[in-house]
Amino acid sequence: MLHTLSIGELGRSLSSGEISSVELTRLFLARIERLNPALNALITLTAEQALLAAAAADRRRAAGEKGPLLGIPLIHKDIFCTDGVRTSCGSRMLDNFVAPYDATVVARLKAAGTVMLGKANMDEFAMGSSNETSFYGPVKNPWDTSKVPGGSSGGSAAAAAARLAAFTTGTDTGGSIRQPAALTGVTGVKPTYGRVSRYGMIAFASSLDQAGVFARSAADAAIVLQAMAGFDPRDSTSIDAPVPDYPAALREPLKGLKIGLLREFFDGLEARNASLIGDALKIYRGLGAETVEVSLPHLPLSVPTYYVVAPAECSSNLSRFDGVRFGYRCENPTDLLDLYKRSRGEGFGAEVKRRIMTGTYVLSAGYFDAYYLKAQKVRRLITDDFRAAFEQVDLLIGPTTPTPAFAIGAKIDDPVTMYLNDIYTIGANLAGLPGLSLPCGFIEGLPMGLQLIGPHFSEAKLLNAAHLFQQATDWHSRSPRGYE
Amino acid sequence: MADWEVVIGLEIHAQLATKSKIFSGSATAYGAPPNTQASLVDLAYPGVLPVLNAEAVRMAVKFGLSIGAEVARHSVFARKNYFYPDLPKGYQISQYELPVVKKGKLKVMLDDGAVKIIGVTRAHLEEDAGKSLHEGLANATGIDLNRAGTPLLEIVSEPDMRGAKEAVAYMKKIHTLVRYLEICDGNMQEGSFRCDANVSVRPRGRDKFGTRAEIKNLNSFRFVEKAINYEVARQIELLESGGTVVQETRLYDSDKDETRSMRSKEEANDYRYFPDPDLLPLEIDEGFVATVRSTLPELPDEKAARFAQELGLSAYDAGVLSASRELGAYFEAVVAELGATNAKLAANWVMGELSSALNRDNVEITQSRVSPAALRGLLARIVDATISGKIAKDVFEEMWSQGEAVDDIIEAKGLKQITDSGAIEGVIDAVIAANPKQVADYRSGKDKLFGFFVGQVMKATGGKANPTQLNDLLKAKLSS
Repeated sequence: MLHTLSIGELGRSLSSGEISSVELTRLFLARIERLNPALNALITLTAEQALLAAAAADRRRAAGEKGPLLGIPLIHKDIFCTDGVRTSCGSRMLDNFVAPYDATVVARLKAAGTVMLGKANMDEFAMGSSNETSFYGPVKNPWDTSKVPGGSSGGSAAAAAARLAAFTTGTDTGGSIRQPAALTGVTGVKPTYGRVSRYGMIAFASSLDQAGVFARSAADAAIVLQAMAGFDPRDSTSIDAPVPDYPAALREPLKGLKIGLLREFFDGLEARNASLIGDALKIYRGLGAETVEVSLPHLPLSVPTYYVVAPAECSSNLSRFDGVRFGYRCENPTDLLDLYKRSRGEGFGAEVKRRIMTGTYVLSAGYFDAYYLKAQKVRRLITDDFRAAFEQVDLLIGPTTPTPAFAIGAKIDDPVTMYLNDIYTIGANLAGLPGLSLPCGFIEGLPMGLQLIGPHFSEAKLLNAAHLFQQATDWHSRSPRGYE
Repeated sequence: MADWEVVIGLEIHAQLATKSKIFSGSATAYGAPPNTQASLVDLAYPGVLPVLNAEAVRMAVKFGLSIGAEVARHSVFARKNYFYPDLPKGYQISQYELPVVKKGKLKVMLDDGAVKIIGVTRAHLEEDAGKSLHEGLANATGIDLNRAGTPLLEIVSEPDMRGAKEAVAYMKKIHTLVRYLEICDGNMQEGSFRCDANVSVRPRGRDKFGTRAEIKNLNSFRFVEKAINYEVARQIELLESGGTVVQETRLYDSDKDETRSMRSKEEANDYRYFPDPDLLPLEIDEGFVATVRSTLPELPDEKAARFAQELGLSAYDAGVLSASRELGAYFEAVVAELGATNAKLAANWVMGELSSALNRDNVEITQSRVSPAALRGLLARIVDATISGKIAKDVFEEMWSQGEAVDDIIEAKGLKQITDSGAIEGVIDAVIAANPKQVADYRSGKDKLFGFFVGQVMKATGGKANPTQLNDLLKAKLSS
């Protein structure tokens, strides 16, 4: 049962020669072939390149190279540019786009010796919370294929939960790693804004986007984040600060850790959800942590603030998709305007268009102050609220989502209800804070997530807190039936 | 007919002379085959990000310091959103509310020698767009993105100019300045230096500005003057016939010498400016400014003042000779050993014979066929009275066309001035003897005939008689 092993265990098996990367890669490719048709978690499979990369990793290992990710198979969210491989961003617009370069995240993980099996399905341009806006069709939740896996990194989450790879990458603009991680029962980490390079990651909302990881445990996530994080001179918003040793920090005792309980997260929280969080807090108290109630008065404004800032940035970021240089171009354009209108009209899906229109509106003359500028001010207030809270506590704990995975089709026609699914995750993006979701139990057989949010650059502490929780529980090692 | 006052403000785009683009590592060299200097960043490929070129910032700061402007410690790059095929990202990265260079001012000398202060509102960094090419393409438009991302400094003036000539004088001064600072090559044909002119008219004495038209993309001083003059006449005619000027963007057609409407305010884009989230605000500290300040060269106004003060040149001469760094350097090299007492002579020669030869043969001063040292040698022969100024002009032509040394020409052609009093006296005696009637007339009061005798002596000596000596001796002989 190699696919159930942790990255650490796989590494040991590889270095002992018990298995080769090629064998491991074949095993995961076979799982994808068998299990993915029911899930639709992948847009592109790169089996041939994967076997070549695995063989190369085996040679590197034979030559004496070590490294925790050498020869480990992964799946990248299809938002990361991958040299020579289609990078669709879940959109018809880029269905024909083969990236001519590797994103920094891809390059770093490649250098670490990982083996890419394919590209994961996602909401179109990362806009969605259910993976239903993808041009390639919805992804199914392995725990119940009538349910969504969450979004926008739905394919990455489902693939990690179904063990189609040792780990997967994702991006989180408003919860796109943490929410699907919660809904599929895996551990998802969204690092501090600027911790991981955005270069080569197709932009949705530049000031909010951050790359991260889906793994079966915090310990695995620590290994992956170690390889992903760090300054990139090609991303002006990446931060030139040393990267701590995440795996080494996993076992630090939590005695005296001050955990903040966000009043705004618990007000009106569904009883079963609240009870799971309550159970988790008991474990943390047992590990020596203290819990304190804190309040972030402006946090309830997160969703409306986000739905001004993110669309504003996306309306501009997506202007480059104009049918001129790459991507979808309409047939027989009559003139320039026709080329623009039809290429964009036919290339983009409904949710993307909705956000481009919203964003264009809030940036328009006469509306800019009332929407964009006001939203930026509220964003500052939310950031200040978090800062004040972190003067009292080391990290904040709450639910990742209000409910477990919902049915495919249930919310797609009601954008506002859909948007509210991110109510607990958006705050961390607006403030640029790291967040982590880890499995903490089930409601009606569907996994639920516990969310940890820390101050800037506290990834080591979040992983540490998640790891010790996972040492005391086994929620993270449960697998959906049929994928064990 | 009312008395109209013209109001002009200029937005000058100076292409910064950086080696690479403002947000990518691509080269900025002009004239490469289409799209050979366009990287993935310039092509706005999915996922790419801009990284600011520090050299462009340094150049902008240099400019700011040279006009006495405050350099913003905190400025912000913003996105100007509009769709156009030569704008790959669908937005231009520029600076909007917070530019890097704040208010400054510039002294401009007008044709009548008067000095006027023109305010500079701001200068900001931005990227240039690519080019759309239509020639040689049937039913298609070519896009060349070599220029996309080239750094520009947009220098915005106050509406302080009151006529086309003032506008040109201001533009020339900025042109001089950016070349002094070596931040722009000033090549207007290649589009490295161009401007948009905002033009309006109002009845003289009224405070409120008239409605303005913006004339886009003027790339020569002559076109600026002609376009403004055309536009002023058009607006006055329109107003006097009861019409109103509409706010619009106009294009100048140099073939027809007219401006015509491009788009009105109503059709104008809503650019939806907002801070670019891919770039952090530009923070400039005191140390950076101080470092840049230490690299400032002597500026044109400072050089002109020094020429006037130390060399006793007129304000006009000092202004002309400091108009370019190269001209100033040439002049100073000429003056170097001749000394301040001969500065006026050197100035006259550099601005006169040398400049006309350069213009006539279309040669840059740095490529002059007569080097500063050679010209200095020629002037030294005037100063030491070896040759007269008049002969010197012939020698100069010889030096220019043949490239020979001054003394060789004087020697070979026997042009050495006659300074031997005895020799000159001999010639004078012969002339007096040959023209008894003129001598009698002169002595009876026809003073004007003095010139006739000078001419005769010069003719006889081949122009080589020392004029001062000739004058003195001739006067003495005629009145004896």
